[in-house]
Amino acid sequence: MPETLIFWGLSGMAILASALVIGQRNPMYSVLMLIASFGALAGLYIQLDAPFVAVAQIIIYAGAIMVLFLFVVMLLNAPQEDAAEWDRTHPLRRTGITRFGGLLALLLVVELAWALLQVNNVDVPVGAQGDPEALGSVRELGRILFTDYVFAFEATSILILVAMVGAVLLARREGDG
Amino acid sequence: MIPLSHYLVVSAVLFAIGTAGVFLRRNLITVLLSIEIMLNAVNLSFVAFGRQFGSLDGQIIVFFVMTVAAAEAAVGLAIVIGLYRHKESLNPDAFASLKW
Repeated sequence: MPETLIFWGLSGMAILASALVIGQRNPMYSVLMLIASFGALAGLYIQLDAPFVAVAQIIIYAGAIMVLFLFVVMLLNAPQEDAAEWDRTHPLRRTGITRFGGLLALLLVVELAWALLQVNNVDVPVGAQGDPEALGSVRELGRILFTDYVFAFEATSILILVAMVGAVLLARREGDG
Repeated sequence: MIPLSHYLVVSAVLFAIGTAGVFLRRNLITVLLSIEIMLNAVNLSFVAFGRQFGSLDGQIIVFFVMTVAAAEAAVGLAIVIGLYRHKESLNPDAFASLKW
């Protein structure tokens, strides 16, 4: 089944790339790995009949937000974490806390997987209901965005304006007027 | 067809990785990247549920999450630049005082 193979390939790539994001000491490689993870997620969105979300994911996330991150990493000269100091001072490195916290984290993951795989009515195949043509259409998406969600849409524009002013104010050098 | 629970498991694993990154890493930029991983895990759940129930609302919410993520990244990175100017460090432990 090619569909299943594609699903496992894409989700494996997303999880591996995300794990490498937090496994790197160099923030530059972390950002590049996150772009790979977003690409795999865009593939999953296409499989879920959401092509517009997939394109927006590539353009907005991989294209805009990650470039912003890359600029900041380069601007700050990519300072790396000092491995020896990290090992010495990390509060989670104390043995008692490590064991207890690790146990709780493992318990959470097992519990989540168990709960998700146990419930029977989520096990129906995705897309058993609904018409894939209607779900993927950009026209319908735009209609809902500008009718049912118009207030949230306008509020978002104010949020972005405030974020823009705030970012300019915060990153400005003191004494620049 | 792939069952909905598989998408939810992938989403839960991604969210767990993001949470681990926020708690374990001592670099402000990597912490912000981990927050982006968590937001994306939630987006995947939204789209999968929307597809399952034949509704477009899941995809609409994803757009709002994306704009909020963009605003968060812009303001967060501006704060990181400001902090780095003061202390020449990206380690969160360097910023323990409320006032300098």
